[in-house]
Amino acid sequence: MKVLITGITGKMGRAVATTLSEHGHEVTGIDRRPWSGCPDSITVHQLDIRKRASEEVFRSFRPEVVIHMATVTHLTTRSNEDRYRINLYGTRAVFEHCHNYGARKAIFVGRHTYYGAAPDAPLYHKEDEPPLAMSTFPELADLVAADLYAGSALWRFPNLETTVLRICYTLGPACQGTLASFLRGPYVPIVLGFDPLFQFIHEHDAAAAIRLATEHSLRGVFNVAGPDPIPLSMLAREAGRKPVRAPEPLFKLALGRFGLPQLPRGAIEHIKYPIVIDSSAFRDATGFVPTYDEDQTIHAFRDASPLF
Amino acid sequence: MPWLVNQEILARTDELEIPFNRHGIDPFGISRVEVARMMTILSWLYHHYFTVTIHGIDRVPARGRTILVGNHSGGFAVDGMMVWASMFLERDPPRLVHGMAERFMNRMPFASMYTSRTGTFTGTPEMALNLLGQERALLVFPEGARGTAKLYGDRNTLVRFGTGFMRLALQSGAPIVPFAFLGGGDAVPTVLNLKTLGRLVGVPYLPVTPYILPIPRPVKLELYYGEPMQFEGNGNEEDHVIDDYVAQVKRRIADMIHSGQRARLAKGLEP
Repeated sequence: MKVLITGITGKMGRAVATTLSEHGHEVTGIDRRPWSGCPDSITVHQLDIRKRASEEVFRSFRPEVVIHMATVTHLTTRSNEDRYRINLYGTRAVFEHCHNYGARKAIFVGRHTYYGAAPDAPLYHKEDEPPLAMSTFPELADLVAADLYAGSALWRFPNLETTVLRICYTLGPACQGTLASFLRGPYVPIVLGFDPLFQFIHEHDAAAAIRLATEHSLRGVFNVAGPDPIPLSMLAREAGRKPVRAPEPLFKLALGRFGLPQLPRGAIEHIKYPIVIDSSAFRDATGFVPTYDEDQTIHAFRDASPLF
Repeated sequence: MPWLVNQEILARTDELEIPFNRHGIDPFGISRVEVARMMTILSWLYHHYFTVTIHGIDRVPARGRTILVGNHSGGFAVDGMMVWASMFLERDPPRLVHGMAERFMNRMPFASMYTSRTGTFTGTPEMALNLLGQERALLVFPEGARGTAKLYGDRNTLVRFGTGFMRLALQSGAPIVPFAFLGGGDAVPTVLNLKTLGRLVGVPYLPVTPYILPIPRPVKLELYYGEPMQFEGNGNEEDHVIDDYVAQVKRRIADMIHSGQRARLAKGLEP
């Protein structure tokens, strides 16, 4: 199959491109960042998805499947306005190009943080639940909006098979991503008196799940999870880090200092309360089974990210 | 060896229906060690401080989805803790019941962590259905915080029942096991509830006793389990149908409270 990946240079983009290419698919990517060391079988166009030159890639390559991963998910480096424009206008451009240039299928790769963390949020969110992240974590509003916008393609472009994936935190040897950044330093901050479940998936498994979504006929929204969740303190210790507990007011002051990670305000709810998703619908539709258990996933990260 | 954990109680957690993984954690985050630790503490309260007498515990199904429904008795959830302990200590094989808590519980540090690790969660319908889907047993007090706020004089009355538990039972097909809890009002004899002060510390109210602090007194407590009640339906019934079913459960619990009161009087206890 001819597959176009936007945001191919990111951690997940590379992993998905590599596995698709290994499984005999013809892969082309768009990204603003260069991919040095990109395999010969994969073509990368160094472009912004919102610019006209990207439309030309759709026009000439005529992808059958488009995997949209060009969303900015980290929270500190750019101004919010820039993020909003990339995440919302970029997503709109990708879906319109899919429609205009005859793609059969579009996959939006979103996050399980869509559901948001809150004291009264249930464990094992199903796909029909509304996004709480809007209120608990305003910095995620654009990602939630992009997810919902992608879902609207299901009725706006009925001929396009749209799949929205909400994937839990990824972890593994690449040591990139939200959870890996949080675990990077020697100390992992925990709010005193809270220890939420964390759900994560090995990045190879996440890439395999996106490949399965590419190969299967799949329409709608699907949660994608790995092994069963474990408490944050256990995750930190297994990763060879030391959990440090601080009362909430102190915790807010200490973030970004003393070797602790920098986090936006809203992220604190995500360190107090769990976000756990139910991925049985995806498993039933594709037969996906994660191959790495929680220990193998954490140890893959730990071994690639030693503290000295 | 974790501190404050009785070996026998830890061994007993193996007989629970909970699928602990090799870290001793289940898919809902329940921790084998935390359950054993909490149970070690409660077991002492259960046997030596309060002395709890149990009637008809074998009426609770040994396995499979079940909803325990009963009256609140006492200024805070002493009753819930003792029901929880009784199902672990006295039921063979033991069961871990999942308390369906008020929202404030999960907002408080420590309370949030320890309740989650021992299987008590905020009682939303989604969470309850998830647990029933895994064939777990739930513990529901349909009176909610209105029930624990009963003053001493009203300790053996029932206030308005919420109806959510009945829709859950109908939707999931779970039987309802009614229970009556007696003596809790005597253990925590509330004379006044401080609502404003409670809100400031994040709870619905703070109970005040004649000796000021809401520390439970070491009294005899009694717990009557009734025959399971099975209701047929799908949970989409009209309100008046649900109200009628709820009234049946409430009546059964009221009857058990009355007969329990008579038995306590006969034994010379405060009814």
